[in-house]
Amino acid sequence: MTLTNKPLTKNIEIGRAPFNFAQYQAAGGYQSVARALTYKPRDLMKLVQDSGLGGRGGAGFNTGLKWSFIPEPDGGPRYLVVNADEMEPGTFKDRLLMEHDPHLLIEGMITASIALQATMAYIFLRGEYKEAEHALLQAIKEAYAAGVLGKNIQGSTFSLDMALHTSAGRYICGEETALINALEGKRANPRFKPPFPQVSGLWGRPTLVNNVETICNIPGIVTNGVEWFKGLGINGQFGTRISGVSGRVKKPGCWEMPVGTTFRTLFEDYAGGMQDGYQLKAFLPGGGSTDFLMPEHLDLPMIPGDVAKAGSRLGTSLIMVLDDKTCPVGCIHNLIKFFAHESCGWCTPCRDGLPWSEHMLVKLENGEGSLKDIEILKEMCGYMAPGNTFCALAPGAAEPLQSGLKYFHDEFVEHVNHGCKYKQH
Amino acid sequence: MAKITVDGKVFEVDPNNNLLQELLSHKQDLPYFCWHPSMGSVGSCRQCAVIEYANDDDQRGRQVMACMTSPREGARYSMDKAHQFRAQAIESIMTSHPHDCPVCEEGGECHLQDMTVMSGHTYRRYDGKKSTHNNQNLGPFIGHEMNRCITCYRCVRYYKDYAGGTDFSVQASHNHTYFGRFQDGSLESEFSGNLAEVCPTGVFTDKVFSKVYSRKWDLQSSPSVCAACGVGCNINPGERYGTLRRVVNRFNDEVNGYFLCDKGRFGTGYVNSAQRISVNMSRSAHDARPSEITPVDAKAKLLAMKGNAIGIGSPRASLEANYALRALVGKDNFYAGVSDVEFGLLNQVIDIYQNRPVHIASIKDIEKCDAILVLGEDVTNTAARIALALRQSVKNIGKEMAARIKLPMWQDAAIRTLAMDKKSPLYILSSHATRLDDIARQVHIGSAADSARIAFAVAHVLDSSAPAVTGLSDAEMALVNSIATDLKAAKHPLVVSGTSSLEPALLNAAANIATALGNGDQRGNLALCVPEANSLGLMLLMDGSQNSLGKAMQSGARQAIVLENDLYRRAPSATVDSFLSGLQQLAVLDHLQHRTGEAANLVLASGTFAETTGTFVNYEGRAQHFYATFKPVAAIQSSAKWLCDSEFGNEPRIHILTGGAAAILPNGYKLQKLTPGADWTFAGQRAPRQHHRYSGRTVMRAHLNVHEPKQEQDEDGLMNYSMEGVPATKDATIFNSPWAPGWNSNQSLFKFQKSAGGELKQGSHGERLFDENTGAKAWYAAVVQQAAISGFAQFPIYHLFGSEELTAQSEAIQAKATGAYVALNPADVARLGLGASDGVQVQHNGAVPYLARASITPGTVGISVGLHGLNYQNMTTAGVSLNKAANWQNPKDWRASNIIVSDAGSSSAYGRGTQG
Repeated sequence: MTLTNKPLTKNIEIGRAPFNFAQYQAAGGYQSVARALTYKPRDLMKLVQDSGLGGRGGAGFNTGLKWSFIPEPDGGPRYLVVNADEMEPGTFKDRLLMEHDPHLLIEGMITASIALQATMAYIFLRGEYKEAEHALLQAIKEAYAAGVLGKNIQGSTFSLDMALHTSAGRYICGEETALINALEGKRANPRFKPPFPQVSGLWGRPTLVNNVETICNIPGIVTNGVEWFKGLGINGQFGTRISGVSGRVKKPGCWEMPVGTTFRTLFEDYAGGMQDGYQLKAFLPGGGSTDFLMPEHLDLPMIPGDVAKAGSRLGTSLIMVLDDKTCPVGCIHNLIKFFAHESCGWCTPCRDGLPWSEHMLVKLENGEGSLKDIEILKEMCGYMAPGNTFCALAPGAAEPLQSGLKYFHDEFVEHVNHGCKYKQH
Repeated sequence: MAKITVDGKVFEVDPNNNLLQELLSHKQDLPYFCWHPSMGSVGSCRQCAVIEYANDDDQRGRQVMACMTSPREGARYSMDKAHQFRAQAIESIMTSHPHDCPVCEEGGECHLQDMTVMSGHTYRRYDGKKSTHNNQNLGPFIGHEMNRCITCYRCVRYYKDYAGGTDFSVQASHNHTYFGRFQDGSLESEFSGNLAEVCPTGVFTDKVFSKVYSRKWDLQSSPSVCAACGVGCNINPGERYGTLRRVVNRFNDEVNGYFLCDKGRFGTGYVNSAQRISVNMSRSAHDARPSEITPVDAKAKLLAMKGNAIGIGSPRASLEANYALRALVGKDNFYAGVSDVEFGLLNQVIDIYQNRPVHIASIKDIEKCDAILVLGEDVTNTAARIALALRQSVKNIGKEMAARIKLPMWQDAAIRTLAMDKKSPLYILSSHATRLDDIARQVHIGSAADSARIAFAVAHVLDSSAPAVTGLSDAEMALVNSIATDLKAAKHPLVVSGTSSLEPALLNAAANIATALGNGDQRGNLALCVPEANSLGLMLLMDGSQNSLGKAMQSGARQAIVLENDLYRRAPSATVDSFLSGLQQLAVLDHLQHRTGEAANLVLASGTFAETTGTFVNYEGRAQHFYATFKPVAAIQSSAKWLCDSEFGNEPRIHILTGGAAAILPNGYKLQKLTPGADWTFAGQRAPRQHHRYSGRTVMRAHLNVHEPKQEQDEDGLMNYSMEGVPATKDATIFNSPWAPGWNSNQSLFKFQKSAGGELKQGSHGERLFDENTGAKAWYAAVVQQAAISGFAQFPIYHLFGSEELTAQSEAIQAKATGAYVALNPADVARLGLGASDGVQVQHNGAVPYLARASITPGTVGISVGLHGLNYQNMTTAGVSLNKAANWQNPKDWRASNIIVSDAGSSSAYGRGTQG
């Protein structure tokens, strides 16, 4: 692999078919596998930990540290599961990676499996991602043919099998333990931790679940080293990540950029700012389950801590833009409707709190709401707060609602008095 | 123990338990739904929220679910501060609830009602549409009203995870989550009735009760013991207007815990049957028309037989009734009313319990066991509650795994995640596939004699001083070794066997294994199932006498008194015919008419368990007292009272008879500990059978007479047939129905337990009559008698629904039962040339339909026991010849679809374990 400041997307060219195995290898691919085989597994985990790579699924936890909790091999099966169930509203980065450079993910999975001493690797893919499915299946086939998958990889004692599982489609499958349940053919309800998946995951065996983009970072780190990776970031951050914009901007899309880039750079330089005739009103910084940020927050670097200080979460770092001609109540209603539908039904605040919230938002949008409804909506946000629910779904769902009630309170009240002004023209 | 502070109050709690259970143990009112003492915590309903404070300075705290929290030493919590959240949780849970309490069977004993009030949600703010569901027909036992569901997941956790049911699940998601079957149909689990008690509201209700519904507080209830098998589960029957309305579980932590089987719960319809003997009849000769006589005349005629009659006792009548008969006819004229084979087997059980160093396993013991051998007993059908217990035993491996990673034992879902499909070893040696095969490590199908040989060999491998067996195949020896290895490695190994396979060697082999498993003070667990509610009580009253039924029939007696017994179920029909025809005078005391009764000159209407007071001795030798629930019409009396002459003062109080039996039984003195004493009162009053809210007392007979009659008297003392008195709940030994202020449902039970989910404050386990033998190991010879077989070798097949005489007369049970049949291997079906709609003529017996089951060994035939159409007592040990029946038409009561076994009656390949 040549040194590049875009290790995740260097092989990607929209409109061209993804690299096949030979092309990918010619472009420097699969070097990390041979290199990883020279490491002791724990040293490889340490390497990844030292790189400071954080999970790209939204939580941002140190990947190498997460790996280190896996117990020593006992001769039984161990699993790596890649979470490719990209269902966060407004998020489409993993799709780009899988559709356009599937071998990068596969290389990352093999290298990660060497570190984890995994015997089987699964990709849990969002069911709607048909193109990604075809690309990945083809790439897995090529990888087997080339001997980087299967028995005794590259003449080593390490063997690994890989399979693709297409999800039946629930947002909750993005939660790693619900994903494991779904992969086992059970209901996609989250599991209680402990036991953590590292100890008792898929079919009761040690299991690591990582996001697609996280795993796609592994080949670069292992091939080029920690210092190289650290040098990729700015504002004191390491590596690159894919951020993007959706909404009424001039050039919606997603791009690889140094970790630590500001929202303004993403919004203005990459996405070209708002379309003519539209003003930026607010934005959700990292998917549908994050709190709104306002235009004054644009100069924040996309760093979890900085975003948290502003009252939101970085999440997936794909921002959704709310413009001045779109009803914020309608926008929030749309999100809450999605989350209410995607609740797994396990715990009460999520299962019964979200539909009730949705009901009140419908009333407000239809001009049938009352100030009492706004009060109850505020109450609902507290009701679904972190710690009150079994998993993070409802607290996440409440984030756009609670921040919307804060920033757009007047518009909510206006809906009570005059109905939705955005619908009236 | 740890000290914690909750809202300023200091509590001593067990840090290994969860905070919710500990607070309930301290009788605190903390609402909950998904937690259940038998099923642990999963953290789904979010109702038991409390605030946990990090340290003394922490004023804000963080909200946690008490059921998912281990209390920390010195920690500070607040229930009050989380009050608002709990009210929110209830308010949102209720958004789709139909508020149909007035027409809901759960009304007045609804945990949801109680929790709603307790949580402080009274005013409904949700003004949207409710989400609604379609209901299913779940069969004759359980009603389904999904709109009432609050999605606590208790039903599916109970039915699937706890009871091992496979035809019930949680479906759909978000606020449309649905609990039911994949389509309408009768629930297959033998323990489905517990859904009605596990469900905190009215989604799953007792369908039998619904048809004759009454509010909980209008039911007259008493502490009772199930009369439907030898396990002796504790029950609370409820009566109104002279009919038995329902049976609910009565907690006994050593026996049934929180759960009953469906036969016990739904099998009492016979008490109200139109076929009940409700008048006393006599006739001068066999062929004369019977005429109704007064109770006084009936008793005089019965007592006139004294001195001339033999008495035949009953394994389904109380100790007191059997004792009264024995006293009336004299010890030498008292015969056991069980088949001769069973007579021998029951004596063997007593011999093993008394003379072998084994630990007699209660159900609580069974649930702790971690390696099990089931030896020729189809427990799901013969002692169902034990089968439910075994389903818990095999989960102990998960608890061991959890202990290794320091996961608390109450973390139900987490432990299941950890254990996945791993199970503690359970082996089954059986003559046919059973309903426990799905949890077995290995199933061996073979004759009872084969099973006995294998079992003797296991004992020998465990202890070389036990007698050896020769001639086992390599496959059988491999099985022997793996059974022995797993039993030996276990902390609490268990052998379960019993009398139902009719094979004496099996009991001896079971005893040898349990003996071999003994190690110093630790004795191997042994549970030997017996057929009926008082089988062991009757045999203990025999006091070593060899007066079997066969001897009675050869005694040449001209007069006989038959107590609660149909002799045609105990001996070959021809033998009974000849015995009865030789009698000049036959008196029968029973509840329902049967063939023996039809031959009687004197028929006395005797009260069922629900109308009488007495004592049963269960399979482990545990004596348990049951109190009459209601007083029957005047013509019906308890058998014990019918049989008492002036020696006892004609109508003695029941404790006099209990005392008489006590003088005969081993450790009989313990019987007096079963009640607080015949003259017990509290504050000068007896315990009421009726709830303090019992309604209609002054008007329920007003259509007959406007004067309120005197309340019925219970001469036996202790309990009143009225509301007067201190609620029985003050003393768990006379616990008629749990209720506590604010807790109207059965969840109020924790208020009467020492700790939530633990034993009742007054113990009330019953009394175990056998002293555990602590002597040296001794062995039964490894001898297996086998008669030469011509034709098919038969083995008995039992049905939970239908094999037992009385419960089979209940409508709900009949809906789940079938008429008699034989079960054959498909190869034998072909050999006999049987077409799909043919019947089988059974030698010495009737013609019946057949069932092809691949799990049955070719050359053997399973013959149903107790079902209408065959008398198993007609079978001989020399084999049976079968032929295609002529001009066959399947009888109306043949319902093959009610027969649920592991191979589902199909001819598909038998999928699990090995075949012998």
